[in-house]
Amino acid sequence: MIEQSNLLDNKQMALFVAKGYLRFDEVIPDDINHAVMAEIDRGIKASPAGTPLSACYPDPSPIGKMLRLPLVAGLIQSLVGPDPLFDHQAVHVRQPNEDSAQPLHADSIIDTRTAFDIQLMYFPHDVPANMGGTLLLPGSQYRRVNESDIARYQNMLGQVQMVCKAGTLLVLHHGIWHCGRQNKTNEKRYMFKVRLNPVVRQLRLWNTDNLVSDVGASKPIFTKETNAIEDVQTILARSEPWFEDASGRLEIVNRVKMWRYISGDDRFDVHYWMTRLENTP
Amino acid sequence: MMNKLRQKILVLYLSNSALDSTVKGWAVYDGTGREAHTTGDTNIAPYKTGLLALQDGWRAIQFPQLIPPYPGHELDTSFLKYEFIFEKIEEQHD
Ligand SMILES: [Fe+2]
Repeated sequence: MIEQSNLLDNKQMALFVAKGYLRFDEVIPDDINHAVMAEIDRGIKASPAGTPLSACYPDPSPIGKMLRLPLVAGLIQSLVGPDPLFDHQAVHVRQPNEDSAQPLHADSIIDTRTAFDIQLMYFPHDVPANMGGTLLLPGSQYRRVNESDIARYQNMLGQVQMVCKAGTLLVLHHGIWHCGRQNKTNEKRYMFKVRLNPVVRQLRLWNTDNLVSDVGASKPIFTKETNAIEDVQTILARSEPWFEDASGRLEIVNRVKMWRYISGDDRFDVHYWMTRLENTP
Repeated sequence: MMNKLRQKILVLYLSNSALDSTVKGWAVYDGTGREAHTTGDTNIAPYKTGLLALQDGWRAIQFPQLIPPYPGHELDTSFLKYEFIFEKIEEQHD
């Protein structure tokens, strides 16, 4: 049983819906980080795709220990619900002194669902800037693209170059654009990734205390008041630096649709974008 | 001795269909081999707008067409819409 306090809260969920990822710095203890590095060197056995996560990584697996930490179990439960399915794992190794980065891509193949998978990316050792951590493009997760069709996009305003300390965790929406950056050091870089599929409808799985006040009521739009309070609407209304003028508005609509899906509130809106279109008296 | 001419390509992704709008994304491919660019190698755009690239001597060789959305997909987002391609012809010294 997962304690309510270990679940994500409303604003963390809104950030995930807006940006397509959440980041938790230095949350995995060092003994697990070291044990995972050793486990990677020995080879981590993967379960068949579609195995319940609870049946994967049995004790004393250090990856299992990491996944069963209350914070990690809580964020998994908040996003994909109880006992999701193990899809696949990958130990990404970036070789020293590479010539180029991995091309920008979204994982798997083009995915038209509203239901979403998550991917955990776990960095068991420090990743300095020249080691080329994962590159993420916040807010790209709802764009319908097929894998590396986007490889041509070398750099985008607002891209996030992962630079972190050991024990840092990312949790990603399956659609987010990303790649492994070029490793310019003499050391190998490791990153452990696991993809999980929900087995329940993703409806209010997080800690929804104070949901009504955190979501907020309809507001005056195009005014100073519109985004004055850091509530769910404000978080979902915030543009990413790479958003184009017009399509950027459609990204806010994509977020509204996702918030409606996970909250069950079919009238939820941000900046009146959808309500106006839904009015056909 | 003849110098070889090579094409250098700059791709700018702008914020709307106007060439003088803001750069949101970019890529560079250098046929002379002097520069090597790859994904995520810089957070700093080469130009603030497409027009500034022209003023710096880049020749625009492709403008993005404006294509109406497919019926039923008006709200969908996918690739970046405003991809402008530029070239410079440079000498390759060897
Ligand atoms: Fe990937």
